[in-house]
Amino acid sequence: MINTIIWLVAMPLSGALATLLLKRYATAIAIGTGIATSISAAILLYAVATEGVMLYEIGGWSAGLGIALRADGLSALLSMMTAIVLLASSIYASAYFKENSVRSRFWPLWLLLWCSLNALLLSGDLFNLYVTLELLGLSAVALASLGGKTAALQAALRYLLVGLLGSMLFLAGVTLVYAGYGTLDLAALSREVTAGPIAWTALTLMTVGLLLKTALFPLHFWLPPAHASAPAPVSAVLSALVVKATFYLLMRLWLDIFSDVVTPIAANLLGILGAAAVLWGSWQALRAERLKLLAAYSTVAQLGYLFLFFPLLAALPAGPARDAAMGGLVILALTHGLAKSGLFLAIGVIQQRSGHDTIRDLDGTAQRLPATTFAIALSGIALIGLPPSGAFLGKWQLLAASFSSGQWLWVVVIMIGTLLAAAYTFRVLGHAFGKQPYPRRPVSIATEEWPALILTAFATIGLGLAGAPVWQLLKVSL
Amino acid sequence: MNFDTWLPLFVVMSSLLPGLVMFFLNEGSHRLRTLLNMSGAVLKLVLVGIMTWGVFHEHIYEMRWTLAPGLELVLHADTLSVLFVILSTVLWLVTTVYAIGYLENSPHRSRFFGFFSLCVSATVGLALAGNLLTFVLFYELLTLATYPLVAHRGTPEALRGARIYLAYTLSGGVLLFTGTVWLYSIAGSIPFVEGGTLNQLDPDYHPQLMVIFLLMMTGLGVKAALVPLHGWLPQAMVAPAPVSALLHAVAVVKAGAFGIIRVVYDVYGVEFTHQLGLLTGLGIIAAITIIYGSVKALSQDNLKKRLAYSTVSQVSYIALGIAILGPIGTIGGVVHLVHQGIMKITLFFAAGNYAETLGIHKVSEMDGVGQRMPATTLAFSIAALGMIGVPPVAGYVSKWYLALGSLEAGMAWWVMPVLVISSLLNAAYFLPVLYRAWFKQPATQWPHEKILSSRFETQSALLWPPLVTAALAIAAGLFAASPYSPLEWAALIARREYGL
Repeated sequence: MINTIIWLVAMPLSGALATLLLKRYATAIAIGTGIATSISAAILLYAVATEGVMLYEIGGWSAGLGIALRADGLSALLSMMTAIVLLASSIYASAYFKENSVRSRFWPLWLLLWCSLNALLLSGDLFNLYVTLELLGLSAVALASLGGKTAALQAALRYLLVGLLGSMLFLAGVTLVYAGYGTLDLAALSREVTAGPIAWTALTLMTVGLLLKTALFPLHFWLPPAHASAPAPVSAVLSALVVKATFYLLMRLWLDIFSDVVTPIAANLLGILGAAAVLWGSWQALRAERLKLLAAYSTVAQLGYLFLFFPLLAALPAGPARDAAMGGLVILALTHGLAKSGLFLAIGVIQQRSGHDTIRDLDGTAQRLPATTFAIALSGIALIGLPPSGAFLGKWQLLAASFSSGQWLWVVVIMIGTLLAAAYTFRVLGHAFGKQPYPRRPVSIATEEWPALILTAFATIGLGLAGAPVWQLLKVSL
Repeated sequence: MNFDTWLPLFVVMSSLLPGLVMFFLNEGSHRLRTLLNMSGAVLKLVLVGIMTWGVFHEHIYEMRWTLAPGLELVLHADTLSVLFVILSTVLWLVTTVYAIGYLENSPHRSRFFGFFSLCVSATVGLALAGNLLTFVLFYELLTLATYPLVAHRGTPEALRGARIYLAYTLSGGVLLFTGTVWLYSIAGSIPFVEGGTLNQLDPDYHPQLMVIFLLMMTGLGVKAALVPLHGWLPQAMVAPAPVSALLHAVAVVKAGAFGIIRVVYDVYGVEFTHQLGLLTGLGIIAAITIIYGSVKALSQDNLKKRLAYSTVSQVSYIALGIAILGPIGTIGGVVHLVHQGIMKITLFFAAGNYAETLGIHKVSEMDGVGQRMPATTLAFSIAALGMIGVPPVAGYVSKWYLALGSLEAGMAWWVMPVLVISSLLNAAYFLPVLYRAWFKQPATQWPHEKILSSRFETQSALLWPPLVTAALAIAAGLFAASPYSPLEWAALIARREYGL
């Protein structure tokens, strides 16, 4: 099997340069790069599934000296999701941005974001992770500011400052690790790290930095304005992928490298913050007046669910129950990524067609755009966690783990969160049935409606009914 | 993989696929939509016929699909699922004919029939569910598929009714889901096995099992409209008549009742449930619901509301039958699943005809309607008499077996009074309607009469369905003792359930 790891990073990077140089063909280049990168991601996923962990040492320098890329089941899955979301959003973006001046600024940043996401998912050492984290943060901020309005710029500036603070904290932690253990290679670290003041301090610094970037309650304050004021395809990617990337790092640190250092109290603290995020985010989403703000607060809530897994995974002994819960965590993250990006794209369609996204005045639009409304419904099913979405399986595992480890508090949080999600979803969907004059035409689906429909169908039907390979893939680990 | 494995999936798909195609049809392509609807319904009927024959001869129809480690989607046909599948399939066919006539020239028909088909697919899916996970999956899908049907008209009342419906059913769904996951985390996978599997668990788990039972019964009780969880049902009356008919006779309330049967018989096992002391509680709730629904029905002037409260009451006969320990009580409860369906759908068809043809929505407007619409009123009368329990209509068979079962189980001292009081109340809220319809002088003008080109009292697509179902209701009572009658099939279920 050919090793495509390096392509996942090199292709978007060279695509970014090419769009910068050849502005006239930028859109075509970007879509072409997107398709090629997605195919590479699929090949990588297949290779990991059949042959196990894949490694690539840039320039032949071994880990420790050179830059090493590696892919296991988790990173291959996430880079596949990245590819699906970004490709769909790219197609949508090519119809969304009408002005050439915005387009020529958009595509290089967009592909740079893709490159840094893949590099982050595939990096095997802490310093490279820091570099990719910075790249990711900067390209994300630049994209978020493309909205151009004062609100967007303000939100982007705040996003920038938060991101820089987060990276600095992370870097301080990395330095400490290097001082303490003399290596930054993840594989080596996971063998050497032992509980002690250095490990605790380093982990705390890195965690706080990453929590800030992942927008865990109460550090979520920057997320709703930033995600709600960015252009639709950018919001999709920010909510679906960028916060997931930092969450992925937290998973690596807490569940893998520092797993012996993590104390039950610390894990419970993350769980409690997650629970607060679920309740607060869902409640704010229910009260939101604009669709985009609703979607952004729903992201805060959905990230909360992911953090509920930390105390559970810490309590479960290694074995089938823990593996099942781990798969639940990943499938919940994947489902949210696909469903939320689809939701933002669908909102983008509504916003462009009707000029606003105020929920109260949605009646006419929702009925003129049945396909987009259907995409919102599919995404809502995934956000609530109803079958047949992947989130149904994820929540099942979350509840099962809570029951088998006797942590009853989470059960109540999950139940309330689910009902709140249902409330905010159907608040929107009720508008699909107003007494508007109806079209006699058959349902027609415009080009810009397809990406949202495909993403949400993937989340709600694909992952729910054919999600079993996720558990298989996660067995392939470093 | 062969035909026997795929058959359950085909049964679900025969309505799902046409439904999905219908969403994309032009509003005006009436013929194509009708063709899809009818061919799906007939194909399903044929497949179900094959399945029934096979299950009777102990063929195994089972299809499995892994969703996640330890979580399997299982479609499996046993005697109980076949009973519910036949009921849904036959009544779907009739209701589709009715709905095509009822919705002629009204907007959003493609959407309506699309969701209508999804709704039946979900019902058939939960009937064929081979384990608790699969049941929950289709149970939630049913909620999702019925919401657009209740909201269909798009008026503020319709949206309000749909919102209330959703609030009730999704809350119930969350409880059922939580209980299910809890049970899985104790006992591993929970397949539906005649006689139940949980009695083998360690007695230490019994308190937990009782809490889980409570969670699941609350979750299922919402759809089965057990008091005090019945609040959505009268509100959901805003839906178009064919939807109400389907909701009350087959899809939603029956899904709840069917779930109660499954959990008591095939998960816990009826004897184990009794041993945990939970059966009496279920019986008491059912008895309260039966009386309460009937009392509320007395004072409703809106015809559909009166029928709705009557449903609240009648569906709990099923739960009552389950709560009566012993095969005869089981027969009474299970057979009522079918009998109530046939009779109630007839009543709703008739109510829809009154509203569509003459604009009659209230009982007080029904004076002399029997002279204007004799055939519809005949069907209505047959079904109403059946509900009261007048032989030879199906209802008396159910009541007879419930009474006999309670005698055998030594519960007659409280079941008998409930049956007697509720039959009297049934008579009290149905007979005045019949009296008005047949014997009072009609008003000079109907509230809103449609001008019809039909030579019958109303369009033929609206007229035949209630007549057919009324005939079925009589047949189910008259030929109760012949093979393949609902009663005989219920007896087969009880025999297999109790291992007799």
